[in-house]
Amino acid sequence: MAVVVAARPSIAARLTGVGVGRRRAAVDVAMRGLALVAALLCVVPLAAVLFFVATRGAPALSLDLITKPPRALGIGGGAANALLGTLQMVPLAALMAVPVGILGAVYVAEFGDRRAAGVIRFCADVLVGVPSILVGIFVFTFLVLPFKQFNAFAGSVALAIIMLPVVMRTTEESLHLVPNALREASLALGVPYWRTVVSVVIRTGLPGILTGSMLAFARAMGETAPLLFTTLGSRLINVGDFGQPMDSLPLFIYVNARQPVNALNDQAWGVAFLLLVIVLVINVAVRARTWGRRIG
Amino acid sequence: MIVETPVRDLDDVQAGGQAPPAASPVRIEDRQRASVVVPAATAASGTLDISDLNVFYGAFRAVKDTSLPIPARAVTAIIGPSGCGKSTFLRTLNRMHELTPGARVDGSISLDGVDIYGPDVDPVQLRRVVGMVFQRPNPFPTMSIYDNVAAGLRLTGRRSRSELDDVVERSLRRSALWDEVRDKLRQPGTSLSGGQQQRLCIARALAVDPEVILMDEPASALDPIATLRIEELIAELRETYTIVIVTHNMQQASRVSDRTAFFTMGPDRAGYLVEVDDTVKIFTNPREQLTEDYISGRFG
Amino acid sequence: MTTLQGTGPSARRFGQAASRIPDVAFRSLSGTLAWVVVAALGLLASLLLLDGSQALSTFGLSFLTGTTWDPIAGVYGALPFIVGTLGSSLIALLLGAPIGLLTAIFLAELAPRRIAVPLTFVIELLAAIPSVVYGLWGVFVLGPFLQSTVEAWIVGTLGWIPIFAGPPFGMGLFAAGVILTLMILPTIVAIARDVITSVPDAQREAMLALGATRWETITRSVLPYARSGIIGAIILGLGRALGETMAVTMVIGNRPEIPHSVFDSSQTIASQIATTFNEAGIGLQTSSLIALGLVLLVITMSLNVVARLLVWQVAGPSSGRR
Repeated sequence: MAVVVAARPSIAARLTGVGVGRRRAAVDVAMRGLALVAALLCVVPLAAVLFFVATRGAPALSLDLITKPPRALGIGGGAANALLGTLQMVPLAALMAVPVGILGAVYVAEFGDRRAAGVIRFCADVLVGVPSILVGIFVFTFLVLPFKQFNAFAGSVALAIIMLPVVMRTTEESLHLVPNALREASLALGVPYWRTVVSVVIRTGLPGILTGSMLAFARAMGETAPLLFTTLGSRLINVGDFGQPMDSLPLFIYVNARQPVNALNDQAWGVAFLLLVIVLVINVAVRARTWGRRIG
Repeated sequence: MIVETPVRDLDDVQAGGQAPPAASPVRIEDRQRASVVVPAATAASGTLDISDLNVFYGAFRAVKDTSLPIPARAVTAIIGPSGCGKSTFLRTLNRMHELTPGARVDGSISLDGVDIYGPDVDPVQLRRVVGMVFQRPNPFPTMSIYDNVAAGLRLTGRRSRSELDDVVERSLRRSALWDEVRDKLRQPGTSLSGGQQQRLCIARALAVDPEVILMDEPASALDPIATLRIEELIAELRETYTIVIVTHNMQQASRVSDRTAFFTMGPDRAGYLVEVDDTVKIFTNPREQLTEDYISGRFG
Repeated sequence: MTTLQGTGPSARRFGQAASRIPDVAFRSLSGTLAWVVVAALGLLASLLLLDGSQALSTFGLSFLTGTTWDPIAGVYGALPFIVGTLGSSLIALLLGAPIGLLTAIFLAELAPRRIAVPLTFVIELLAAIPSVVYGLWGVFVLGPFLQSTVEAWIVGTLGWIPIFAGPPFGMGLFAAGVILTLMILPTIVAIARDVITSVPDAQREAMLALGATRWETITRSVLPYARSGIIGAIILGLGRALGETMAVTMVIGNRPEIPHSVFDSSQTIASQIATTFNEAGIGLQTSSLIALGLVLLVITMSLNVVARLLVWQVAGPSSGRR
């Protein structure tokens, strides 16, 4: 049969005559545009939340709000009970979770055999995904139910369980970034392994460990669900008595947002503003140091 | 039966009646074994002409003042020490370097007289005319052998099953892979050996019917036997395509190529062309001392 | 490493003995603490099982299929909450998966670095906003906004389809789904972006060299290569949506019945626990709520396990922890 020579256009024709099919070029442009729109769409809610929390929350913020507890009866007073509660329960939780998380991560990164490390790492990942309200029920069953008393200690434990896997995984990741040469250099000087880990490995990984701990701290400050059945919340200022209920900033927001009283809703906005500022300042400060490095 | 004559993508056939350009004289010193490919009854087209090429990555000049003709229907090898801009140069020939942010080109490159950086040339279309084979075989792991070969054709709209079958078979035959895979076209492309994967990638490039094939160290990840098959394949493809191959293996360059271009890098780390000539000449009697030093292993 | 220290034989022996004790002590201390996280997870699961067993043994399988949750009659069926949980999460998934995937594509493949970096940062901040703040915003801003715009429009145009029937309450399944969308977007975007970034450049170049446009390269080469990781990212997002409590509790309307329209008020497993656990009488009612929690745990844990394995497959175990 005849060889179809006539069907061969010149290269010039192929290069300039056709170009990408109009439909293909249009799809390319349209879908890339759509991806841009989607990315912008992700920013809108952040802007909207920040805008409304700022415009409704800032005016509600007052000296009373952070220095006075709610009035025993009726409306008024402030959220000092909540602020003080958060400032006690979250640090106590950090005190429990951070050392355990760091040392646990050291084991996984430095000592553990592969299988043990794998199991621990996997459980940490799964624990991050457990709904926080279930952590609340869990702590309720062994720290509230036996004593028939809601208490702030249970709240701290619940927050610690939420912080623990976050601290552990970020610590482990930063320990992996410590170059082996440093470990070997230290060991070669005759420094025992445990001292090498503490003074060389952990110290070198410290920025990353601090980042993880601060992010976990910020997350715990905003947690509500695990506190509902543990520390319960309280209208009284409680300083130091972890055997009794305490309030917290997110609990205060939750309770007051559900009241059919404008003044209380305003207080919720004010506290939300306070909480959001604290949480975002921690996040921005901590992440700004590392974001350039992590994205690449 | 239409065999061995590349059939154009139907989408591309617009200037159907246009006569092929006059044959440019192609000087092929036929040291290769006789080809089984029936030469297509077409003019030898696919001549590249590079003049005053400079390639920049941001402020860094990767390739400096390079001018070089690349004849059609012949194999041109690019050799030189690592870091001398060989791969960068190769990538400017189908504008793949544009994927690197900050990359920029000065000077001109024309293909059969058409400036490939001209405003009316679409890089997407250019890459169908100037195909590319990479250093490591990179078949699409989620696609079957068949789908790998058909991938390029499927970009330009729906095609009939029999048309796809034809092109897939023809491309696999040309890349000397057909007999090995004809019974397992539905298996994943990654189930093949490294050498077979590379020939699959060549078949994939052939399926969109290019005029020029760029090869970036196509055998450097392969064992000697697989390398030999690739070299034999290059000798066959040379009848139909313009081939530019970057290689760090001088023996390979001397075996497979008709022309050899030697690149090196100046004190400013910018790569440039030292000389280009017939392969035999480069390897036996180069004009430049630098080339001779490199060929004879006196280069740092 | 102990052989490296000391100079003479006695010094070496001394060095060994002296350094080994603290080494072993340190090792066992950190080893013990590392298992705390495993113990916590194991205890959590077993205590929920233990305390939920009364309800499970009383009702058996009908606990899952029962449509009545009536503390006065002492009958507890979880179906309304299962429907509410799946319904709100499904809405979040339908909205969040495409937007999140497109955003991840934009960040990983299309945006120049100077745009991608700050944008990634902003989206990570979205994950830092406390759930209760989303809830507050949902109650006072998003709910009313949806009621008067999107919901009204859907009811007006699609209202003849039963699941889109009005009236639009503003507080209900749909509002919960939209809030959840915002909350799972950072998860989907961050992990999908990681996974897409980890696709080797050779895969992109192979497709581009065949004469594909950027978008064709993404859909035909990059996404298929990364597909299991992307599915993993979406499942992790789904897991987060299923277990999310506070924001949903505040906007879903808290009605323990099976919703008939997406605008109905409803209740999820988590929100039912959040709103009634403290008032529940010790005994069958508490046990039933804990059994509800157990259902949620089983769903979220299995999704998590599957999703992590999928993400690991593409991007390795160090990615996808957000």
